[in-house]
Amino acid sequence: MTTDVTRGSRTEIKLLLEKSKAGKEGVFLPKRKFPELNFSRLVGEKLQREIPPRLPEVTEPELVRHFINLSKRNFSVDTHFYPLGSCTMKYNPKIHEEIAELAGFAWLHPLQPGRQVQGMLQIFYELQEALGQLTGMDAFSLQPAAGAHGELAGMMITRAYHESRGEGERHIVLVPDSSHGTNPASAAQYGYQVVQIPSDPRGRVDLKMLAATLDKRVACLMLTNPNTLGLFENDILKIRDLVHGKGALLYYDGANLNALLGTVRPGDMGFDIVHLNLHKTFTTPHGGGGPGAGPLGVVSALAPFLPVPIVRRTGELYGLDFDRPQSIGAIRSFYGSAGILIRATVYIRMLGLEGLKRVSRDAVLAANYLRKKLSPAYPNPHDEFCMHEFVLSAAHLEKQNIHAGDIGKRLLDYGFHAPTVHFPLVVKEALMIEPTETESKETLDAFADAMLRILKEAEERPELVRNAPYTMPVGRPDEVQAARKPVLSFRDLEHE
Amino acid sequence: MSYFPITSQDRAEMLETIGVEQEGQLFGLVPESLRNPRIELAPALSELEAQRWFRSLAAKNVNLKTHVSFLGAGCYEHFIPSVVRHMISRGEFYTSYTPYQPEASQGTLQALFEYQSFICELTGMDVSNGSHYDGATALAEAVFMAFQETKRRKVLVARSLHPDYTRVIRTYLGGTNYSMEVIGFGRGFELDLNHLKRELAEEIAAVVVASPNFFGLVEDLTEVERLAHQNGSLLIMTAHPLSFGFYKTPQGWGADIVAGEGQSLGMPPSFGGPWLGYLAARRALMRRMPGRLVGFTHDSAGRRAFCLTLQAREQHIRRERASSNICTNQALCAIAASIYLAAVGKTGVRRIAELNMENAFWLRSALDSIPKIQVLTRGPIFNEFVIQLPRAVQDVTEALFEQGILAGLALDQVDPEWKDQMLLCATEVRTTEELDRFVKALKGIVG
Repeated sequence: MTTDVTRGSRTEIKLLLEKSKAGKEGVFLPKRKFPELNFSRLVGEKLQREIPPRLPEVTEPELVRHFINLSKRNFSVDTHFYPLGSCTMKYNPKIHEEIAELAGFAWLHPLQPGRQVQGMLQIFYELQEALGQLTGMDAFSLQPAAGAHGELAGMMITRAYHESRGEGERHIVLVPDSSHGTNPASAAQYGYQVVQIPSDPRGRVDLKMLAATLDKRVACLMLTNPNTLGLFENDILKIRDLVHGKGALLYYDGANLNALLGTVRPGDMGFDIVHLNLHKTFTTPHGGGGPGAGPLGVVSALAPFLPVPIVRRTGELYGLDFDRPQSIGAIRSFYGSAGILIRATVYIRMLGLEGLKRVSRDAVLAANYLRKKLSPAYPNPHDEFCMHEFVLSAAHLEKQNIHAGDIGKRLLDYGFHAPTVHFPLVVKEALMIEPTETESKETLDAFADAMLRILKEAEERPELVRNAPYTMPVGRPDEVQAARKPVLSFRDLEHE
Repeated sequence: MSYFPITSQDRAEMLETIGVEQEGQLFGLVPESLRNPRIELAPALSELEAQRWFRSLAAKNVNLKTHVSFLGAGCYEHFIPSVVRHMISRGEFYTSYTPYQPEASQGTLQALFEYQSFICELTGMDVSNGSHYDGATALAEAVFMAFQETKRRKVLVARSLHPDYTRVIRTYLGGTNYSMEVIGFGRGFELDLNHLKRELAEEIAAVVVASPNFFGLVEDLTEVERLAHQNGSLLIMTAHPLSFGFYKTPQGWGADIVAGEGQSLGMPPSFGGPWLGYLAARRALMRRMPGRLVGFTHDSAGRRAFCLTLQAREQHIRRERASSNICTNQALCAIAASIYLAAVGKTGVRRIAELNMENAFWLRSALDSIPKIQVLTRGPIFNEFVIQLPRAVQDVTEALFEQGILAGLALDQVDPEWKDQMLLCATEVRTTEELDRFVKALKGIVG
């Protein structure tokens, strides 16, 4: 059978290679212009591909139905509330897509001379400036392709800075135990030894432990503020003094900047390096996992080390500056994910400072409102005002053998995406909830109702929650089977 | 404002529920000295004003739709079927998150599984990941895979790689205990095998080569493969993925890993991104792959299901022991590539490869017949080659621009040694008239 008959969302959708049928074509391709050039003869046989790649043979109408029906098997911000903590799943404005697709942006070749692309370079320059203003950083690189890529570049800058001061022996990077996984992974990837700092009972960095761990071997402390518990590190100025006092740098993981946008700046808190996630705070679409962008800002002492190139303005002319002898070098091909940078620039230009301040104000308001409605029904281990997100615990449901992940699965049946579950690791059975500023009070109320109903279900009919979801295209996938005998392609599937 | 659904009445009710009088109290723990910083931003624009402003900036740029371009060098102007843009414009695809909740993400997961399947078919390799940032970073990650696999600390990189790729590998290694050495090329841009032999030592984790290389040459990798493997080193290859429609696959050459730029598979140039790093390997290297992998499985009712798998490699589980730090990848670009490859299909991918080759071969021989121009890439090519001009490339480029033509890359921008040389590209989008026009224009300029 080479087609799907769609009857409700639970119909299996076959793979395109299963629907493939010899003789079908998906596009009208041009004919050969110079058919006398017979490449089978012109090129040595040894260099040629022997067997054609087994790609699908399907027509355009079949292809469209396939992908549209696949798209209907997704939750998305356009269709559902997505309270995924630390991910900032806010609404993605449609004008962003339209502007990024203009031929004057989408069809620019990165090797065109600067004078041909002044409009594009102006956007880069204005974004560098605006991000500098919003973070209190002196210089920005727009190149990192994602937050973790920005972190990696930040680690490179950290090492280059210490080496320039004859302190290359600093080989330790500190991260709190509540940090995002990318922080220790980025530091380790660049050869740093990672040391974890425990949280204190208030969920903040334990200052005594920090002071005891800081010495001349430490290159950097990576911190998120507010942290992944959604709590503001209110001792941040003391942390700054401790870290700088020992000659180490302070790195800001910008994943949670939505809480502080326009209101508090990492630079004023004493951070030396900042990466931003444009796909979070600046609402470029997540795309099912990417593409994103992770611009990197630094204080002036670190500016010489930023990756090449940087966009400069000389008089009325914009240009790319490659002549930076102390730079860590290139961290990707060309200059950055321009299409993403354009979207973020449109966002900043349309909201202006007042709009961006409202982002953080409403995001924090929404989070505290939800927290109040859900706690103490779900215990909030750090019962105080939160910032843009908060963490609840489902540990009290252990006797019903229900875990945080089960609550998340059951939420899908109620039409809500799951929160981030089982993270941060410092809270048992964590449910990390980030509503963002783009949800209505009615949606927040409906979500709170669903959460409370699920709690009741958990107590009265735990198996109902344990086996959820029931209304999705599939039930819980067997992840153990998937990992034990990985089937990662159609070819693997055939050999099953 | 249109993205803020909370009304002033909602606000009052919410504050009351929370038990505070105003929002400022929620920020009470922020030290006084940090509050209300002075920030200067341009005034807000309405949507109408924003449309006008950004259109005016776009209009300032010369683009590939207004001019006839012969630029390649790592970024290619290819035909994109309309269906690609339409499908990835579905909000359900582009506004969804990473598929950590598989039950609510089967669409993205299956599309990425199809992407992995197509990359395996196109390259011949066993396993593809779900995407990396771009070609250069994917290749740098491949080098790290080789370090981990062989427990060796040095890599040999062909000088005939795209210079950005070499730079990125150098940056990734700088400051670590790993190192690299560059292997030169001969008169026809072919890898210098003697140089390779001299540098192949016990410490070499991998040999990294491009084919087609930066100068357009498609190389015979038989000897490179033999030497690398004889030495216990891995062979890492990078290539324009559409070249595999005609030319031998990395698997055919015996490569262990292939990593490169997938922009050509349905993405516009966009001044450098967002693009698609593709990365595929032999099965033995599966657990060293960076980034997300989508696996096939079944649900509790026995239905087919897809989920992220082998996550124990990844940062959110493994933290400092992860195989890579990557989290956000280029999922939507990978979905675009899967739509592109499905639309082009089995016969189309060969046709497109040949359409590239016929334009490039034709243009090369047309230019070769101009006495003052010398073709330097004389061997087999895909869609690029280098010519030697009788005068500064800059002057020629200026003169061509006046005729509405974007010339190829001046190679002295990359290396001053490569004086008066131009790297030209002719993909399938160039018409016979455009090729003719270019040849005539160039003939007129060089005399």
